[in-house]
Amino acid sequence: MNENQSIDQQSVASPQRRRFVSAASATAAGLAIAPGVMLYEVAHGRPEDQRASSAVRWGMMVDATKCASGCNDCVTACSTENGWTPVAESKHPKQAPQWIRKLELQDPLTQRETNLPMMCQHCAEPPCVDVCPTGASFKRADGIVLVNRHTCIGCRYCMMACPYKARSLVHEHLNDTQKPDVPRGIGCVESCTFCVQKVDRGDGTTACVEACTAAGHNALVFGDLNDPESEISQRLRELPTKQVRADLNLNLGVRYHGI
Amino acid sequence: MSKMRGRPGWLTGLMLSAVLAVAGLSAAHAGAPKPVIEKAVKGEQCVEDTDYMRRNHMKLLDHHRDKTVIEGVRTKQHSLKGCIDCHASAKTGSVAAAKENFCVSCHTYAAVKIDCFDCHSTKPESSSALHSTTSDAADYRHKLAARTKTGLSVQELVGAPR
Amino acid sequence: MASITFREVEGSSLKYWLLFGALGLFVLFGALSWNYMHHHGHVVTGMDNQIVWGLPHVFAVFLIVAASGALNVASIASVFNKPMYKPLAPLSAILALALMLGGLLVLVLDLGRSDRLIVAMTHFNFKSMFTWNVFLYSGFFGLVGVYLWTMLDRNVKSYSKAAGTAAFIWRLVLTTGTGSLFGFLIARELYGTAMLAPMFIVMSFAYGLAIYLMVLAAAYAWTGRPLGDAVMLRLKSLLAVFVAAVLYFVVVYHMTNLYFTKLHSVQAFVLRDGGIFTNLFWVGQILIGCVIPLVILLTGLGRQRSWIMIACALIILGGMAQMYVTIIGAQAYPLDMFPGLMEKSSFFDGEVHSYTPSMPELFLGLGGVAVALLMTTFAIKVLRLLPASLDDATVAKLEH
Repeated sequence: MNENQSIDQQSVASPQRRRFVSAASATAAGLAIAPGVMLYEVAHGRPEDQRASSAVRWGMMVDATKCASGCNDCVTACSTENGWTPVAESKHPKQAPQWIRKLELQDPLTQRETNLPMMCQHCAEPPCVDVCPTGASFKRADGIVLVNRHTCIGCRYCMMACPYKARSLVHEHLNDTQKPDVPRGIGCVESCTFCVQKVDRGDGTTACVEACTAAGHNALVFGDLNDPESEISQRLRELPTKQVRADLNLNLGVRYHGI
Repeated sequence: MSKMRGRPGWLTGLMLSAVLAVAGLSAAHAGAPKPVIEKAVKGEQCVEDTDYMRRNHMKLLDHHRDKTVIEGVRTKQHSLKGCIDCHASAKTGSVAAAKENFCVSCHTYAAVKIDCFDCHSTKPESSSALHSTTSDAADYRHKLAARTKTGLSVQELVGAPR
Repeated sequence: MASITFREVEGSSLKYWLLFGALGLFVLFGALSWNYMHHHGHVVTGMDNQIVWGLPHVFAVFLIVAASGALNVASIASVFNKPMYKPLAPLSAILALALMLGGLLVLVLDLGRSDRLIVAMTHFNFKSMFTWNVFLYSGFFGLVGVYLWTMLDRNVKSYSKAAGTAAFIWRLVLTTGTGSLFGFLIARELYGTAMLAPMFIVMSFAYGLAIYLMVLAAAYAWTGRPLGDAVMLRLKSLLAVFVAAVLYFVVVYHMTNLYFTKLHSVQAFVLRDGGIFTNLFWVGQILIGCVIPLVILLTGLGRQRSWIMIACALIILGGMAQMYVTIIGAQAYPLDMFPGLMEKSSFFDGEVHSYTPSMPELFLGLGGVAVALLMTTFAIKVLRLLPASLDDATVAKLEH
């Protein structure tokens, strides 16, 4: 009986198992063949009427050892997604906003070079939030540090206070060239938003991370620092990382490996 | 100085201001052109009554913007983007480009200056996300498409709205 | 008690109207500059994303610091009960109000969104020193206004001491707040120190008194009223003490910084390699602002009125230089995000940032100065702020 049943089960299971095997191998093949596919973290697509919550803490890991000199993919992606003019094309480069920039570091003793992108570090204890007189500079519940341009008066105190020179003032009229998803305007201060418009609609990633991954460099990872199973948390457990200006004890959302 | 006889000074002043006020008001009624409010391109009706909107749209927007920016609530109903989606002019694609476009026409008539569009795009989402106004964006997309090894489309890669 | 007659200035000479007109012209230029900057955005200024606070802030902070210091003479009269200072007190109070108004106007009109002042006055972040400043500055106007009233209105004269004490404490808190604007910033190497608050207090004493002395001497000279040497000599000795104190604080600040190896390169920038900043520090702040005035005020030269005026003018110029070095110099030196490594980027990391002030910024700042002087001129004319005579005989009677 058991044998019969097991044979029956085997014969019944066989097409299922075939389906399973074929599906599994297709997935494995897909993952193996397409290294540039983004893994959308579906778990973090938030319904539109739900507030951002402190259960999530967005963060980024930068692997400076994988960051190439002369590569500007992250900067280009950010400027395209968020609608700011890249500095090379700006008529007033010193007054041009730069939400993210590539830093070239060199050790004067060994001439060894390190490259990395620098952007708003989304500190857990942001000095820019402390000094803003109107509270326009604020930290959202999920850790993203933003400028509320409805209340920003353009005093630039946050720019004086930021230890990472992350903030920029918009010096001139933008003449309706803004992206509809990314309002930004004259006289207000701005900085990297961790592509909050993408994060909120469930993309689970930022433009710079997307571009770096698509190009195959894989130097940037974005994700939920509070989720121990997220890719970023796993990577942070594998690799030693540091915070820039760690002595300031700001508990940054951006961690660097290779500095 | 001796007081002049007849009508006291204050009465003269009062009569004069009354005359001027009436003249001014009637001139206003006669002269100012009413706003040309373009009909919305999408949808049958607004999310609220027209009368309610006339009086309260600013309160709705004020409240909603705080919820969106500070709390991250992105419901579409009372959002500025929601308004622009329906009310953008068929001709200019915008709510503020030309003087008969939706927001600008009333606000100019009422002489209430708004600074929304110092920061916000006046055009609905789909128009600029896919067809970028800047050449570098188009160039970037082609660069990205050339580099990527995936089967995903360019639009999906750069996170264009679904 | 000896009676001092306070009298407004009667009649309006041609010179008065010329002064009024000249100051008014600078106020107009300031307003036009603001309009230009507000319409086109800060792209028309020399400020950028590296030097975010420029010449307008130099003027504004200088005027605000001087405003608080200008109240000193009145404080010495009411709080410390020195009879000789009592007739000098009303002018001190009005000058404090006027300088504060001028400084605040420049600060507020330089905002990226100066049309949003209502937002600034209705949204508060109590961890921000700027928010505290909104209350401190408004309170300053209120308290000094009340204080001035107790000096002018005989019915409330008995409250003068209380009002004066309140104003005195308030202005100490206010200037501490102004210094702390910079002192609380950990990001920049030349800031983030508790030294800045008391340094600003002492600087306010010096700059405020220097401006007061010049305004006093000018007011008396131009209205033909006698101003005796007794007043001038007492005030100039006080000024010398204040300038010496400023020099002390500057020396201690830099000597302490020089002791830390990690601050050697930024100190070398300020003291040796900074080009314009180094020149402004040594020649402007130290030589013109402190050393030469001290020499003038402490030697026989200081007994001559013209030399006292020269010393005051030099102190004011030195004060502006100090503000320039403190505010702009500290921004010119790049942030040290990776100590020990050389940095380079498209955002000008790792390199000294240059700054060229633009005309709109200059005229906005001068407009603030003009507003302050215009208000003072007008107040002296119409209010009973100036004693009819401050000759030695009148002053001597006060001491008894």
